[in-house]
Amino acid sequence: MTIHLKIWRQKDRNTPGKLVDYTMDDVNPDMSFLEMLDWLNERLMNEGKEPIEFDHDCREGICGSCNLVLNGMAHGPHEATAVCQLHMRKYKDGDTIVVEPWRAKAFPMIKDLVVDRSAFDRIMTAGGYISINTGAPADANALPINKYDADLAFDYAACIGCGACVAACPNSSASLFTGAKISQLAHLPQGNPERKRRVVNMVDKMAEEGFGDCSNFAECEAVCPAEISITAIAEMRREYFNALSEIE
Amino acid sequence: MTAKNNGILESKIPEGSLQDKWDNHINNLRLVNPANKRKFTILVVGTGLAGASAAASLAELGYNVKAFTILDSPRRSHSIAAQGGINAAKNYPNDGDTIWRLFHDTIKGGDYRSREANVYRLAQVSNNIIDQCVAQGVPFAREYGGLLDNRSFGGAQVSRTFYARGQTGQQLLLGAYSAMMRQVSAGKIEIYPRREMLDLVKVDDKARGIVIRNLITGEIERYAGDAVLLCTGGYGNAYYLSTMAKNSNATAVWRCYKRGAQFGNPSFTQIHPTCIPVSGKYQSKLTLMSESLRNDGRVWVPKKKGDNRPPNEIPEEERDYYLERRYPSFGNLAPRDVSSRSAKYVCDEGRGVGKTGLAVYMDFQDAIERLGVDAIKAKYGNLFAMYEKITGENPYNVPMRIFPAVHFTMGGLWVDYNLSSTIPGLYVLGEANFADHGGNRLGASALMQGLADGYFVIPNTLSDYLAENLHAEKVSTDHEAFDKAEKETMDRINKLLNVDGKKTVLDFHRELGELMWDHVGMSRNKKDLEMVIRKITELREEFWKDVNIPGENNTLNKYLEYALRVADYMELGELMARDALDREESCGGHFREEHQTEDGEAVRDDENFSNVSCWEYKGDDKKPVKHVEDLNFEFVTPTQRSYK
Ligand SMILES: Cc1cc2nc3c(=O)[nH]c(=O)nc-3n(C[C@H](O)[C@H](O)[C@H](O)COP(=O)(O)OP(=O)(O)OC[C@H]3O[C@@H](n4cnc5c(N)ncnc54)[C@H](O)[C@@H]3O)c2cc1C
Ligand code: SF4
Ligand code: FES
Repeated sequence: MTIHLKIWRQKDRNTPGKLVDYTMDDVNPDMSFLEMLDWLNERLMNEGKEPIEFDHDCREGICGSCNLVLNGMAHGPHEATAVCQLHMRKYKDGDTIVVEPWRAKAFPMIKDLVVDRSAFDRIMTAGGYISINTGAPADANALPINKYDADLAFDYAACIGCGACVAACPNSSASLFTGAKISQLAHLPQGNPERKRRVVNMVDKMAEEGFGDCSNFAECEAVCPAEISITAIAEMRREYFNALSEIE
Repeated sequence: MTAKNNGILESKIPEGSLQDKWDNHINNLRLVNPANKRKFTILVVGTGLAGASAAASLAELGYNVKAFTILDSPRRSHSIAAQGGINAAKNYPNDGDTIWRLFHDTIKGGDYRSREANVYRLAQVSNNIIDQCVAQGVPFAREYGGLLDNRSFGGAQVSRTFYARGQTGQQLLLGAYSAMMRQVSAGKIEIYPRREMLDLVKVDDKARGIVIRNLITGEIERYAGDAVLLCTGGYGNAYYLSTMAKNSNATAVWRCYKRGAQFGNPSFTQIHPTCIPVSGKYQSKLTLMSESLRNDGRVWVPKKKGDNRPPNEIPEEERDYYLERRYPSFGNLAPRDVSSRSAKYVCDEGRGVGKTGLAVYMDFQDAIERLGVDAIKAKYGNLFAMYEKITGENPYNVPMRIFPAVHFTMGGLWVDYNLSSTIPGLYVLGEANFADHGGNRLGASALMQGLADGYFVIPNTLSDYLAENLHAEKVSTDHEAFDKAEKETMDRINKLLNVDGKKTVLDFHRELGELMWDHVGMSRNKKDLEMVIRKITELREEFWKDVNIPGENNTLNKYLEYALRVADYMELGELMARDALDREESCGGHFREEHQTEDGEAVRDDENFSNVSCWEYKGDDKKPVKHVEDLNFEFVTPTQRSYK
């Protein structure tokens, strides 16, 4: 099938970028979207042109590397799917797809479709952990955790750290990402001792990194490939207010 | 050429009974006092399970750690993709598991080509790993009573696998990553993302630094340290298509090999039986369907050749459940090498299914009838969804189509019991070393090994080396050894950029992959291996004359990164073939057609090959030299593996 692509090309942070048109007339419906980009890149290289840079690694929707906005949708049209798991059979012959990177102040441009998401690592550094040294913690079954809480913690822990929530948010808020980690640890007894300090530090760090506030657009939940529920944000707020009221 | 073991390959296995070896060893290792730990800088290359757990644990002890990864965040490392689970000998289900059993299954599964002492230690610390991860907040699956749940995996008759839905690797890695970020916050770890190690720097024959390419600016950076820990994962991408992540590569291990670290068992590759089959030339990687599916999925092909009826129209009596037929006691849970080879045989016979004929069915109909759709969904929901996304077929209604794919490399840099390579100060952890899986890795044991190495082994063994080097002079990055290594790296990059040929890196990688898969894959023979060594040499020559690398060195340039890796695969691929040619026996994943029984089972040769083959680099225009480490079995008696 034939697919028309308009792809964001930008040399670096300081050079303005633009959309460039490419037409692919030998797209196989079983190809993944990224395989189509590989295919295009091979063609560009054979024509002596510079290939398009994009981030990817696992190509299975779990590492969180891939980050493309397709026709305005972070990770493309398929629900609960990272863009690396999108296959061309979802499109029709002759479709046009606009391909852009995540756009957010806190994710500076590197090149073409690649941006710098290290702000996420810094939010995690602010408290996304349980303070336990390697050594001899108690037997894993010493502390039963009811299945409901364990499953809920898992639902939040499934975040792949891709940043689609930020890209989709009109405020470029990282609340879904941050809330997911806070909620995961809040539902586990192991997370309790540092619960208050954690939420305050992580939320403050998020603001400091230049992510916006959440005003409940819920665009994040709609694009999240790991189906993180927006209740993560509600839980984060509750945790934050509880922590502040007790600290004061 | 085989040289006599020149004393370098001393395994340093401690004295004592199998049960006491590790404890005795810890008691004898020298320690570094807390004030002195602060004086040491450890360079950790790679931040998957092995690297992240090592970095965190060493930083907690007080060492200064610098951690490097190719990816934009340590959390994205390939370990994240592991689905099925992690083994431990907790015996929570009370089904008779013990440390001994886990040890025995692992060493037998590895077809008696690993060290008893290493494997026993692995089984011993397996329980601590689970405790550690739970304490970090890893949400393992639990039962209604609140206790941890287990399931069974290939090659074992007990349920000892801990899991977190189909995302065990993700949850374990995020646990190790969080421990690491805690140490970043404490100022003990510095993280260097988007950095690729391109060379090792040796001073006075010890590992004292690394040369790194900054993948955003193209700049070459130098880092000096007191020890280097390579945790860079496996080299399955030498086959082009594999289940490895796209950026997984062999460059760091290969560069260390070329600096003198010996390579153990390079030909030992695991081909995983249950992956989604190839669909076309554009295919960029293969996706694994977790082996845990074999608990409920029944593997079959039609009895008749070329039977192209849809699977649901093939009646029961015309189906061949070949694993259940050939291996009645393990059935669909036969180990990976056995299952993969069996799939190849039925496809070679013309009984494969799907468009290409290179696939077999894995059918859940019976399990759905027995347990109900909901139970199957709860167990495998995300795997079924993944399958449907990729193939467009719904496995609740039609059987999955699966085929073997390259998945794991048991070979890697040779290490002793302390995880030290043959270069003092260079330690190798996780999939990058050759150590614990012998000729075949059992399911759910790589996560265990990576974390055992990082959390529990290296914090003990590294101190012994550092204590010995307490008064060694610090090396600065101005040292001439750094100048030399940097210059060689730059020369290699410039040479590549200047080839200005016509074929893309992908063309070369695909060609290499095809040679490797066809001749150094599931089944190998002398004639083909000799041929493939010649062909790889030719391909390599062509690569350096005709590859086309786009763009420049001083910006993000992924095809340049890729070309450097492919250049190394072409050298490694040859070594893999050489090792396969040299090993005149069939064992584990290494199947030599010349060495099989009448009904196609592998024949091991313990008299001549109960050893590790270790290859030493002698120069680009010279053949590598083989050394051997003999494997002595004091506690178990190697038997021919039988899963019948
Ligand atoms: C799809 C899949 C499923 C699996 N499922 C299971 C399972 O269920 N159970 C199980 O036990 N095992 C499983 N395995 C195997 C297991 O996941 C791996 O063996 C293990 O995670 C490897 O961990 P590692 O830390 O050694 O390396 P990796 O996780 O591969 O990490 C390598 C790190 O090194 C970095 N790196 C590489 N080269 C360089 C360089 N030159 N410079 C700087 N950094 C570099 C990478 O960026 C990365 O950070 C699975 C493997 C695959 C492919
Ligand atoms: S919350 Fe969802 S969208 Fe946001 S980083 Fe995590 S996985 Fe991505
Ligand atoms: S490439 Fe890993 S999530 Fe898309």
